[in-house]
Amino acid sequence: MGHGGGGTLSGELVQHVFAPAFGGEHLAALGDSALLDIGGARLAFSTDSFVVRPLFFPGGSIGDLAVNGTVNDLAMSGARPLYLSCGFILEEGVETATVARVAQALGAAARSAGVEVVTGDTKVVEAGHGDGLYINTAGIGVVPTGVDIRPQRAVPGDVVIVSGPVGVHGVAIMSVREGLEFGVEIQSDCASLGGLVQSMLGACQDLHVLRDPTRGGLAAALNEIAQASSVGVVVQERAVPVPPEVANACAILGLDPWYVANEGKLVAFVPRADADAVLAAMHAHPLGAQAAIVGECTDDHPGMVVARTGLGGTRVVDTPLGEQLPRIC
Amino acid sequence: DAGSGVVAGERRRVTVRGVVQGVGFRPFVFGLANELRLAGYVTNTGEGVVTEVEGAREAVAAFCVRIAADAPPLAVVESVSHESVAAAGETGFRIEASRSQGPRRTLVSPDTATCASCLAEMTDPGDRRHRHPFITCTHCGPRFTIVAGLPYDRANTTMARFPMCARCEREYTDPADRRFHAQPVACHDCGPTLRLLLAAEDGRPVVAPDRDPVAAARRLLAEGRILAVKGLGGYHLACDARNAASVALLRRRKNRGDKPFALMAAQLADVEPLVRIDDSERRLLTGNRRPIVLLRRRSDAASESIAAEVAPGSPDLGVMLPYTPLHHLLLGLPGDPPGPRLLVMTSGNLGGEPIVTDDEEVLTTLAPLVDAWLTHDRPIHVPCDDSVVRVVDGEELLVRRSRGYAPLPVTLAFPVRPTLAVGGDLKNAFCLGQERHAWLSAHIGDMDDLATLTAFGRAERQLESITGVTPTLLAADAHPGYRASGWARRHAGERSVRSVQHHHAHVAAVMAENGLDGTAPVLGVAFDGTGYGDDAAVWGGEFLLADYDGYRRLAHLAYVPLPGGDAAVRRPYRMALAHLFAAGLPWDDRLPCVAACPDDERSVLERQLQRGLASVPTSSAGRLFDAVSSLAGVCHQARYEGQAAIEWEAAAYAWLRDDGASGRGYRFGLVSPSGGGDAPLRLDPGPVLAAVAADVLAGAPAGLVAARFHTGLADAVRHVCATLRERTGVATVALSGGVFANALLAAGCARGLRDDGFTVLRHRLVPPNDGGLALGQLAVAAHVERHD
Ligand SMILES: [Fe+3]
Ligand SMILES: [Mg+2]
Ligand SMILES: [Zn+2]
Ligand SMILES: [Zn+2]
Repeated sequence: MGHGGGGTLSGELVQHVFAPAFGGEHLAALGDSALLDIGGARLAFSTDSFVVRPLFFPGGSIGDLAVNGTVNDLAMSGARPLYLSCGFILEEGVETATVARVAQALGAAARSAGVEVVTGDTKVVEAGHGDGLYINTAGIGVVPTGVDIRPQRAVPGDVVIVSGPVGVHGVAIMSVREGLEFGVEIQSDCASLGGLVQSMLGACQDLHVLRDPTRGGLAAALNEIAQASSVGVVVQERAVPVPPEVANACAILGLDPWYVANEGKLVAFVPRADADAVLAAMHAHPLGAQAAIVGECTDDHPGMVVARTGLGGTRVVDTPLGEQLPRIC
Repeated sequence: DAGSGVVAGERRRVTVRGVVQGVGFRPFVFGLANELRLAGYVTNTGEGVVTEVEGAREAVAAFCVRIAADAPPLAVVESVSHESVAAAGETGFRIEASRSQGPRRTLVSPDTATCASCLAEMTDPGDRRHRHPFITCTHCGPRFTIVAGLPYDRANTTMARFPMCARCEREYTDPADRRFHAQPVACHDCGPTLRLLLAAEDGRPVVAPDRDPVAAARRLLAEGRILAVKGLGGYHLACDARNAASVALLRRRKNRGDKPFALMAAQLADVEPLVRIDDSERRLLTGNRRPIVLLRRRSDAASESIAAEVAPGSPDLGVMLPYTPLHHLLLGLPGDPPGPRLLVMTSGNLGGEPIVTDDEEVLTTLAPLVDAWLTHDRPIHVPCDDSVVRVVDGEELLVRRSRGYAPLPVTLAFPVRPTLAVGGDLKNAFCLGQERHAWLSAHIGDMDDLATLTAFGRAERQLESITGVTPTLLAADAHPGYRASGWARRHAGERSVRSVQHHHAHVAAVMAENGLDGTAPVLGVAFDGTGYGDDAAVWGGEFLLADYDGYRRLAHLAYVPLPGGDAAVRRPYRMALAHLFAAGLPWDDRLPCVAACPDDERSVLERQLQRGLASVPTSSAGRLFDAVSSLAGVCHQARYEGQAAIEWEAAAYAWLRDDGASGRGYRFGLVSPSGGGDAPLRLDPGPVLAAVAADVLAGAPAGLVAARFHTGLADAVRHVCATLRERTGVATVALSGGVFANALLAAGCARGLRDDGFTVLRHRLVPPNDGGLALGQLAVAAHVERHD
């Protein structure tokens, strides 16, 4: 069951099973979305499947995720997202009212993200073969000329920015799914980041890397980029915003908020000279109001992420494994 | 002349291998040959020391015996081989220049405490090295920490930058001198210089105005200041152990939690009022390795004799005696003005990072911690922490194997190809092997920090260069997230990396150091805090039928959930609640562990356990200790590794010392796999949890409960081993894993098993904890390789 965790295990499946089986130069790049030159236009193309439980949670639903997940994957290549496809897999017996609520949420999310659902499909599987419903979406967007945003483009000196507090979505989902009471309700941060990215591009065309730290959280995103670009990443531990209620919930459960999934956040690697302008543009956007510079790239320790602690130490931040596996006890 | 009395007769060539260079071996041979009126020569080669002697048959025979038996103190003679050669009719005995061709098979000596002769000289006002802070000879001083490569010549040490004065040169080149070829030899005229730097207002250190840095440093210590003091393998942070305010300040500055500080005492007499010291402990304290020895505190010790903050709540004090000339000066030579005679001496590092060795870096990294630096300009090439030992049943048990021990090799009973075993992620030490030698590195530390990973790489390069091993195979723990294993994968290049299961490595380590060749399996009992299991669970209470080539898991502690990994480790009350949950026992409010868990955490934890959320199953014996320690109210929060288990053992120890009787041991369940077959037996702690909870609710003292627990666990080990012997016919038990650093359990298991007719193998040369893991990885990986 570790293979969906967004950690090393699913990475291995992609690298050793899917990529060799499918072949093709575009898949080999292994970004969040594929970049395709079609008749002179630069298109970004991405797909994602949504199997979240529960279907509705504080701050959103599987319908919102199905739009925002795919839209955000497109946006992370700098694309302006345009069109979505949408496939529903329904478990026999799921209530029509439930499907309708999800569809409403999906449509509203698409409108607010500025994308149009243009094609779709529905399948029904036997009762017991699904958790109510699953959704697959695919999306297309256009990448503006001159924009080249890829995980391979981080260079020493780049400044690392996160768009807001981390760990919120994962803790929100977990608390409703597992019935955990933390005293305060934690709302998912699920949002579409297309607009925020366009604002950032307005401040700096030459953004190097964007990533939405979904499964595996901030730690996974930073490690993927460090490895893809062969740079070291140094994060100031205290600079990473973590809401107190998330920190408290994680402390009680024994989780690390840097490893918890987000749905409406991004990490940006930007040239040092443009960092202040990008940060200002983010602060001017509602989804980037709490954006913060959290670290930088270095040519020391390529491929590794370290956190500088309050005491002046440099803690290694690992790529998450699929499971919560204590490394040392 | 020297040869006039030599009687012509037999001539033999004798080759001595081991730690025989840089330890005064050639002068010793020179003296021995002259005493026995033998002619010939002695020289250093890549093989070791080679000598040819010629003379009367009985004298040659005596020479061959005494060359090993009477070897100088730092020599470790591994083998002596001799052959007859044609007599040359030679007269006189000479020392020949080193021959460096051929393979390098010589060994570097560990760093060694100042010898009695040097101490006498530095105390003698008439000696030219009176009060010399760097006095050394072939019998003592720095070795491992100053060597960058072989051959062991001054040019390959950090002494290369100090050209000898004429007088030192004469001693160095005189075969009759105690300093003949002592590479670090120096004096006031030519050696390193000591400096005292004071932290100034703006944080930039300034050189103290005092003429005598030591006298000024002693004054600062007496005033309650905290000093960084440069030692052999790194810096210490030092302060007066009797000054409660200083010790508390040091604890706060170092962010140390409750973890005990080690002490350095001027003399044994200074600690005797505080701790019990038996003969073997006395020998360890005063010997030439000078580890930190863990000693049981006296219950009647006067409370004002040492600050409570030195080791709050700890049953032991870690004590060492001075081992460098600088330490002797700092604690005062006879006749010096009075000063502190008991110093806290803790590793100079930031929490978790390796001990600092760089003289520039130390001025910034330690600046927030200290008021002054007592330092010098002889560089440390590799870090080497103090070793830590305790005595169990009169035998030395290493808790941390480092200074004084590294880099002495362990001799294997089977040859291995050149291999690097990278060790584990906690208490890391790595191991290089070739032929029948396994060189374990000094203690590297926990692989949490970039600085530790960097230190690992540097130490690995140095050990390769001083052993001449170029590994063609790597061995690493099977844990997919271990940083040491990741280091191995990143640095493997074309070489293969063999994964070794954690507890298999523990068992193989005991086998290897006890000279087993692997032809017969053992019953391995591996009890520790954590290790990655084949089924992706966290193992740690394992009974393995093992040889080097493989293992079968025959029994283990029953699985319980480990709720939230590190959180469960840092908060033992969570482990107690998880164990109660697994045993189906209620969380009674009157139980100390239940009371220790905040209300909001308790309800979430209950859900977490029910849902199995972030809760990997574990069979860890270490976590069982944590659970019962909290269940009986001894320790609910672990502020350093193993705290709950250490305090639990202490409670049992104190009870047994004061009351003698332990009562009956608690009984574990032993569950056979349903449907028989090959599945392992499960040792069920449920009944123990129930009995402990009942005793605690009935008001039983924690010490009694702890004593009954220790007895019960030792009985369970004995019972499982007896059951497995019936099944397998194997009657040798190997005990390993960090839990066996628990003296009460280790002694109890060993005694019981011997009574039952088992041969019991324990660690003597490497730690039972993960500090010894690399030796087992090497044995498993390199032994398997032979059959490929
Ligand atoms: Fe272990
Ligand atoms: Mg995706
Ligand atoms: Zn000496
Ligand atoms: Zn000199």
